Amino acid sequence: MQLSGNSSGSPVPETAPVLATLMDLGRGDAAILEHIELPGDDARRLMELGFLPGARVTAGLSAPGGDPRVFQVDGSEIALRRETARRVKVRRDKKTSRPK
Amino acid sequence: MSQCGDCRSCAPAGVLEFPAQTGTPRAVAVIGPPNSGKTTLFNRLTGLRQKVANFPGVTVEQHTGVAELPDGRPLQMIDLPGIYSLSPRSEDEQVAYDVLNGLRPDTPKPEAILLVLDSTNLGRHLMLAAPILALGIPTLIVLNFADDLRRRAGKLELTALSAELGAPVVLISARQGEGIGRVFDFLAGALPKPAPKQLPILQDVPKCREWAGRVGAEARYRAPLPPAWTRRLDCIFLHPVAGPLIFLLVVAGVFETIFVAGGPVTDWVQSLFDRSGSWLGAMLPHSVLTSLLLDGIWRGVGSVVKFLPQVLLLFLFIGILEDSGYLARAALIADRTMARVGLQGKSFIPLLSAYACAVPAIMATRTIENKRDRIATILIAPFMTCSARLPVYTLVIPAFLPNRGLLGPFTQAAAMLGLYVLGFVVAVITAKVLKSSVLKSGRTPFLLEMPSYRWPTFQSLGLRLVDRSKVFLRRAGTVILLAMVVLWLAENLPTQNGHAPAIESSLAGTIGRTIEPAIKPLGFNWRIGIGLITSLAARETIVGTMATIYGMEPDTQKMDMQKALHADLTAGGAVALLIFFAFAMQCFSTVAVVRRETGGWKWPAFQFAYMGALAYAGAFIAFHLVG
Repeated sequence: MQLSGNSSGSPVPETAPVLATLMDLGRGDAAILEHIELPGDDARRLMELGFLPGARVTAGLSAPGGDPRVFQVDGSEIALRRETARRVKVRRDKKTSRPK
Repeated sequence: MSQCGDCRSCAPAGVLEFPAQTGTPRAVAVIGPPNSGKTTLFNRLTGLRQKVANFPGVTVEQHTGVAELPDGRPLQMIDLPGIYSLSPRSEDEQVAYDVLNGLRPDTPKPEAILLVLDSTNLGRHLMLAAPILALGIPTLIVLNFADDLRRRAGKLELTALSAELGAPVVLISARQGEGIGRVFDFLAGALPKPAPKQLPILQDVPKCREWAGRVGAEARYRAPLPPAWTRRLDCIFLHPVAGPLIFLLVVAGVFETIFVAGGPVTDWVQSLFDRSGSWLGAMLPHSVLTSLLLDGIWRGVGSVVKFLPQVLLLFLFIGILEDSGYLARAALIADRTMARVGLQGKSFIPLLSAYACAVPAIMATRTIENKRDRIATILIAPFMTCSARLPVYTLVIPAFLPNRGLLGPFTQAAAMLGLYVLGFVVAVITAKVLKSSVLKSGRTPFLLEMPSYRWPTFQSLGLRLVDRSKVFLRRAGTVILLAMVVLWLAENLPTQNGHAPAIESSLAGTIGRTIEPAIKPLGFNWRIGIGLITSLAARETIVGTMATIYGMEPDTQKMDMQKALHADLTAGGAVALLIFFAFAMQCFSTVAVVRRETGGWKWPAFQFAYMGALAYAGAFIAFHLVG
């Protein structure tokens, strides 16, 4: 339903996976979670909600101004503030940024 | 739970036959992740036979109830807080952990567990099954939202899931009442100890999720399609333009109803108490006891009960917002604004309600899961200009500020608005200070789950209203009643020839004179002092007290209230009085409710002292500036 992530910002090579954060995803973009750069307990909280390495995360709607943003992960919709989303590293591959 | 760090070795192979055990569980704990419909099931099972209290020493609310088995045997149910995991990191998790392990002296160790999981999101919700099954307590796995699962074309094999988990599984819809009979049947029979085929390492979240996924796959779980209606509605409610507009409409609607519809009902209840009081006064013999009954107890009861309509209205709205799923969206929209003062989106509705009355507002902070954010919201809520301040403002402002001068006919309105702004600004500053010091949240990330939209049910809304009324009337009622009786004693002692004394020679009058040196720097004399003391119970009481005082004094008897006040206060003193009322926590109901909601006297004592100090300092500065 949305444009592919490649159209916004810097061009992403089709082959090599590129590390980005959840903040870099546009609405409808999906990516694979790599790791969470947060202290143990905070990372656990996120993981209990489904933000696990290898999980597929899709960026959804957001509050006005883009913060916080809703992410679809593991069957749930979880809103994260920008400061948290920035700490979640994801890998884009060509498969994930296709429109769904 | 850590004794079972790796249960791969100790869990025997699949046990499908549940060994028969004798005896029916006496206490059953209901547990599940947030948004699993746990409370709806609890309500279905217990109905009106519920008790609500706080777990002693913590802010976690304890719901217990009695479920009646088909054969008439009673069963004690404990509704535990919604949790994502059993590792005790938050207060909620600690309470759940302690109760399930029998570590809380105030709660019986449950002999059985109802684990409620969302069947439409089984993969993630099954993660909680691992630590619960590891406890070794007989457990019934209750998969909720069967209707949603069917409608969205999801499915699973219950017997296979039951075999994997080594515990009985039922698929129900708590909202529709589907499958509740099956839950009762299991509770009436003998629940076996769980015998899961295997359990993951509980501390390892990815391993737990892997395990949950494998169990789901074994049960041929097919996840339902995405909730189409929720997506569609979110496109409207979270639309960049329409979203905030709808949000403002909802907010204005809630505020308007509480303020405009709730206000007159409150006044009506008050007048009902006043009229029945004077009717009773005419019926009963004139005695000290009658006075205690009417001016002490009856007035005290009235001062609490009159807030009930506003409490109920607010909780009806919050119930609809929360059960429908819109509250999470409203919190999302409000979050950025609230984050500026260190709070979060969920603080918005309670703070708005505080403009009507801080009591329901503080009760409404229960929707804020983060404890520090919740306490910060509770602490600043009474700064919002509540309806009890209005009688004081409308008495004092016109007495000292004629509607002329620079702003012409709007002068008094501007002064009133100024007091609203003042309260708001002080609340914002207080929140900033608190959130950057004692209540600093650290880097705890803000997480907000967006539940699917669902129709609220009458049962759930009704039980919530009954529940809140009970909490409000019992807890606030007892403390306020006591305070009102003490106040009555202060006004009526010492007796003179068996009659109540004139107010200036009463205990209250003596206290007023005693504190006069302390309030003189604010421009108040002892008469205002008495008013301040009686207004400790509730702000608007000062109006009645001042009327009594002036009515009793021969030289001011003929003057109307405002003229009398004019004779008692300088302009500086009047401004000081307004500022004092804007800041001080003169409301026993609020103190009582804060004590209840924070689980102790620490925060209400701090709040009372802080607001009092601020009121004193503000009034002092105002008096010396205006002169």
